[in-house]
Formats: sequence, C-alpha cells, structure tokens
Amino acid sequence: MITYVLKRLLGAVPTLALIVVLSFLLMRLAPGGPFDEEQALPPEIKANLERAYGLDQPLHVQLGRYVGGLLRGDFGPSFKFKDFTVTELIAAGLPVSLGLGALAMIVAVLAGVPLGVLAAMRHNRPTDHAVMAVAVLGIAVPVFVVAPLAALVFGIHLGWLPVAGWAPGQWRDVVLPTLTLALPIVAYVARLTRGSMLDVLRSPFVRAARARGVPRLRLVWRHALPAALTPVVSYLGPAAAAVLTGSLVVETLFGLPGMGRYLVQAALNRDYTLVMGVVIVYGAFMIVLNLVVDVTYACLDPRVRPGNSR
Amino acid sequence: MSARRGVWSDALRRLLASRAAVASLVTLTALCVLALAGPSLSRYAPDELDWAMMGVPPDWVSGHWLGTDRLGRDLFVRTLHGARISLVIALFATLVSLLIGVTWGAVAGYAGGRTDALMMRFVDVLYALPGIFFVIVLTVVFDRSPLLLFLAIGAVGWLTMARVVRGQAIGLMRREFVEAAVAAGAGPARVVFRHLVPNLAGTVVVYATLMIPQMILVESFLSFLGIGIQEPLASLGNLIADGAAEMEIAPWILLAPAGCLVIIVLCFNFLGDGLRDALDPRER
Repeated sequence: MITYVLKRLLGAVPTLALIVVLSFLLMRLAPGGPFDEEQALPPEIKANLERAYGLDQPLHVQLGRYVGGLLRGDFGPSFKFKDFTVTELIAAGLPVSLGLGALAMIVAVLAGVPLGVLAAMRHNRPTDHAVMAVAVLGIAVPVFVVAPLAALVFGIHLGWLPVAGWAPGQWRDVVLPTLTLALPIVAYVARLTRGSMLDVLRSPFVRAARARGVPRLRLVWRHALPAALTPVVSYLGPAAAAVLTGSLVVETLFGLPGMGRYLVQAALNRDYTLVMGVVIVYGAFMIVLNLVVDVTYACLDPRVRPGNSR
Repeated sequence: MSARRGVWSDALRRLLASRAAVASLVTLTALCVLALAGPSLSRYAPDELDWAMMGVPPDWVSGHWLGTDRLGRDLFVRTLHGARISLVIALFATLVSLLIGVTWGAVAGYAGGRTDALMMRFVDVLYALPGIFFVIVLTVVFDRSPLLLFLAIGAVGWLTMARVVRGQAIGLMRREFVEAAVAAGAGPARVVFRHLVPNLAGTVVVYATLMIPQMILVESFLSFLGIGIQEPLASLGNLIADGAAEMEIAPWILLAPAGCLVIIVLCFNFLGDGLRDALDPRER
C-alpha cells in the first residue's frame, strides 16, 4: 500500500509540471498585462515596472525563473497586491477556505449519505420522492441564487443569523456560508448514494446475507453501504478539492476573507503570479484528493485491496 | 410495419412512459416558444424604461406581469429575453463540447496504446485546472464577445464527454462489425466517424441533455460575475446579479430570473434522467 501511494505521488510530479506550464502559457495568451491600469501609466514608468518584475524578458526565461522560484518554495510577488507575496496571500486565505470547506464537506457527507440510504430503503415511496425532490432542487438552484436567498430569509427577514461577516470565535458567522456551500454537495451525494444503494441492495451478496438472517439495519449499514459508497467517494474527491480551495460566490456574498475570491479577480487583473499560485494549489489538492479516493476504494472494497487478491 | 421495434422507438416508448420527462419536455417546449414569442405578448420592450412604474412589484393592471426593475424595465420581457440568450449560448456551448469531446474520445478509443494514454493524460491535466480560470482566460482572449462566449464555455465542458466516449469506443473497437470494417479496408476516419460515432449516439444524447443545464449554469455564473454577457444585452445571470443587489427592498427582481433559471435547469435534468433510463441498456 505504501509503495502504491509513493508511486502515485511520483506520477503526480509530471502532471503538476504540466499544470504549471499550461497555466503559465494560458495566462500569457490573454492580451494586456498587470500594469494596464484604467489610467495609463507613462510608458517609461511602465517599462521600469515591467523590468523590475522581469516581464521584459522572453517568455521562456520568465517561465524558467518562475519554475526556479517554485522549486525553492517561492510563489513570487503579487502584481496587484503590492507589498504582498503570493505565499503570504495564500497563507492568509487558504485556512479560511479550508476550514469552511471542511465543515461543508462534513455536513454534506453526514446529511447526504443517510438521506440517500433512507431514500433507497423507501424506494418509490413518499420519503424517497421527498428526498429526491430536495436533491434535485439542490442541484438545480445555483449557489449564486441560494446565497442571496439564504441571506434574505435567515439574515434579514428572520434575523436568526448574520448576513455577512467573519470574526474569530463567531460560530454564527459560519452557519449560512457552510450550509450554502454544502447544499449542492448534499444533493449530489444523496442522489449518488440512493442510486448505487438500489443497485447493491439487488445484488446476490446482499440477498445471501438476508437469507442468512442478518438483521435489516446491520445488512444496510454494514454490508450494503460500504459497497455502495464507491461512486460517492469518487465524486467527493474532486468536489472536496473545489470546495476546500474556496468558493468565489460564497466568500464574496458572505464577506469571508478566503482564497476563493483570488482566482477570478487575479485572472481579470492579469496578476500572473497570484493566478498561478491559486491554480497550483488547486491542482495539488485535486491530485492528492484523487489519490485519497483511490486509497479509500481499497478500504471499501476488498477486491481492489493490493495484496488481497481473490 | 407497426410490429417493428427498433432501439429508438423502444427508447421513445420508455421515455414517454416517464411522467417527469414528458412534463419537462412540455415545459421546456412551452418555455422556448414563450422565450421566442413572449416578448411580443407584452406591450413593453426589454430596454424600455417605464418612468411611471419604477421598481414596482408584479402588477396585472399595468401589464408588468412580473414587476419592473429599478429603472422601470419590464421583468417579464427581460426574463424571457434573458432566457433566450442563456438557452442559445448553452445550446451552442454544448454543441462545441460535443464536437470536441466526441472526436477526442472516439479518436483516443480508436487509436489505443500510447496515443490513447497521451490524449487521456491531457484530459487529466485539464481536469486538474480550475475550469473557471480557463473560461475567464478564453473570454478575455475572445475580447468578451458575447458571440464567442459559447466557444469559451464549450471549450471547457468537453472533458467528461471525452472520457465517457473513449470508454464506450474502446468497447466498440472489440466488436466484430468494426473488425469487419477494418478488414474491408476502411480507413481510420471512416471507422471513427461512420462506425464508432453512430453507435455512440445514445450515450452522447443522454450526456448532451445533462450538459445543457450545466452550460446554462456556467454562462449564468459568468454573467453574474459581470464577465459574460454585457449590457444592454442581459442573460439570466445578469438579471440575477441585478436582483441580488436589491433583494432586500425588491425581492421580485431576483425571484423572476432565478425562478426561470431553476425551472430550465430542473427540466433539462429530468429530461436527461428520463433519456438515460430510456436508452440505458442495463435497465432492460
């Protein structure tokens, strides 16, 4: 198992390198530069600025320098947030996004899986239809509609929770953003769990267990559920990568200082280094979480466990 | 003649048996007709300012059936116009990703070996990039032209399609009819486009239907951020952004376009599910 993980991590290095090069070139494909302000700078000053940041060099030299910095763990200075390095910006934003994202993922799994199991056990009955109706709505209503509506209903009309804000130790600030972030994932998880649970409940090994007289609850939770979770897990990996690195809409609408706000702003401002930093962090999360997914498979399904062939 | 039951007529029968899918199909058709003809039903134009009725809630007497926004523009007409733009962009974006995804997947599945591994590795790498970053760069490269917006969105959505199609194509490559075609001297292009792609049609139709709502959401999201459709045109995303800014005093400005968006996305999802059940051979 350990060799497998190491091998996979080694295989991730070229992927990450490709991500760096590809996003570097893509970013430069966009016309304009970080110093094209609304008010045009005098050409001499702009040239000085570009020289200071090395933007006057040919592209491959810039890429070489950037990669050199990366290898030393240096993401470079931000072009737009003067006096901040990209490392500092990410260090400030990532913990907020990580905390919120982790909460949302926990809520999503704790709510989504039981809902899906419940729907599968009550297949084609009112409970099933109700759960699926909620799930379909959760998928169809985009976050940028849910967030303002949630703020309107719970923040303004009912006044239960703050509309926006972020203060340490204020758990009430976290509730609305977490739930908004979790809702679509709850919906997907419930749908996937229900679907694969229905498949598994029809499979021979479950019927055999039922014939042996395994109690119904134990049958569902201990025998069927682990086998049914594989599609859920493979969905959760990429979903977690996206959620943990921050959601632009949720962070903007609820006024949270996370990392989700960086990407779009930085891409529009041509803040090359900040874009690259966020993209690399996202890519790394994606790679690691996909590895976690594959390891989890092995834990859920004895057939794919290395060294346990039957 | 009536005794003949092909794959497609079988699928159609099953699709029509699904109440949710039929209801969605009817709703979508009605919405499309409304989006095309609806604006002429109202006495207002989408960019017309009604100075006497600014920011009024839904009102039947004045003909502002869904109310007006802060500038006095009729929301019924604007929502239908927005829906039209969102739908058109989503359809073209789906077409673009279909074209890229099916070609990419079918070629990779046909080629196999190292070419296949390389092509799929490329897909993996693109998967690990945040999609929104890609779209933003492309919209900027295309100079934020609303016409090319669908190209940018479509250029990002093809990854899943490529994976699905490749998986199916690999299965098809082992079948006798492909072997027969190759033995009869069919070239690579002929095998891919005459033998593989037509046999993928079922899968492709299902995924395309499920892709349309995603494309609508991406487009609306971009327009919501202000980097999609630009004024004076407005898609559902712009309208939702406008509404979200004023929801405390005038919630109907948010609810009209948001409701329309949700209905469209819901219907496409139900229709896609129905199609999958109808075309999925495992369910037989």
